[in-house]
Amino acid sequence: MADIDVKIAQWKLVEVGRVVLIRRGPFIGKLAVIVEIVDHKRVLVDGPSTEENKIVPRHVLPLAHATLTHFVIPKLPRAAGTGPVKKLWEQNEIDGKWAKTGFAQKTESTHRRKNLTDFERFKVLRLRKQARFEVQKAHAKIRAAAPKA
Amino acid sequence: MGRLTEYQVIGRHLPTEANPTPKLYRMRIFAPNAVVAKSRFWYFLTQLRKVKKANGEIVSLNVISEKRPLKVKTFGIWLRYDSRSGTHNMYKEFREMSRTDAVESLYQDMAARHRARFGSIHILKVVEIEKADSIRRPYIKQLLTKNLKFPLPHRSGSSSQKKVFAYSRPSTFA
Repeated sequence: MADIDVKIAQWKLVEVGRVVLIRRGPFIGKLAVIVEIVDHKRVLVDGPSTEENKIVPRHVLPLAHATLTHFVIPKLPRAAGTGPVKKLWEQNEIDGKWAKTGFAQKTESTHRRKNLTDFERFKVLRLRKQARFEVQKAHAKIRAAAPKA
Repeated sequence: MGRLTEYQVIGRHLPTEANPTPKLYRMRIFAPNAVVAKSRFWYFLTQLRKVKKANGEIVSLNVISEKRPLKVKTFGIWLRYDSRSGTHNMYKEFREMSRTDAVESLYQDMAARHRARFGSIHILKVVEIEKADSIRRPYIKQLLTKNLKFPLPHRSGSSSQKKVFAYSRPSTFA
């Protein structure tokens, strides 16, 4: 028998200190951290971001409206107030780490593309054409250099 | 903003020559508005004392707001309800942010489990349980375990984003 290595699935857990992304409601698209678990369907969250437009006030969030992220603020005491939460949030650089994730970058770029002016859209079109042209040129070179089969 | 509000209603019998200073009666009543609160006050008072709306008056009515609405608390609620076949007393526990939230979920719970309506439920007492030892119900006890954590396996997307036909199978783990 071959040795089979069974690994335990790495679930993201609902726990105090877990950073969640809010997917519905008035704070859609913002980050918050679980401060306390109310019950199996709801959690108390707080999002004390340094940027004014990213703040999520302390409120009860249904877990159905949240997506768990990979980030956890370790050693966050249960039911910590907004002050200590903000301190730990900044210490762990949650905003900075989140901005580096693929999801955040993609939403940022789609948001930016959506708000372009007509001229800017035209510029994007030209630049994409130029990039494509360079790629095709490189391809053609390789193709020409390759021995004929 | 919830459906119910907690009111403090104080009322008394109208002063008469025999009794110029009638006793005041105070109740804390959960109701959707002040009109219903006053009506419920008279409903309860007529059951308990020989005072009715025609010979009584409401002295004051004010809203009781939650002292710490940002703290998660456990509430114990004693109630009495009339089912189709009799009257029952009950004790239930809820984990909520405020007394009104707890009473709201109580009405939802009673409607769901027993098909009981607002009119057939009397709330006797709402108490915040501070000590974990005095919690009686296992479904609340399990939420107070130390370092509680659990995964969210098998989730489906929100129904509002779903289309009638899907071109790919949904991913249920995220």
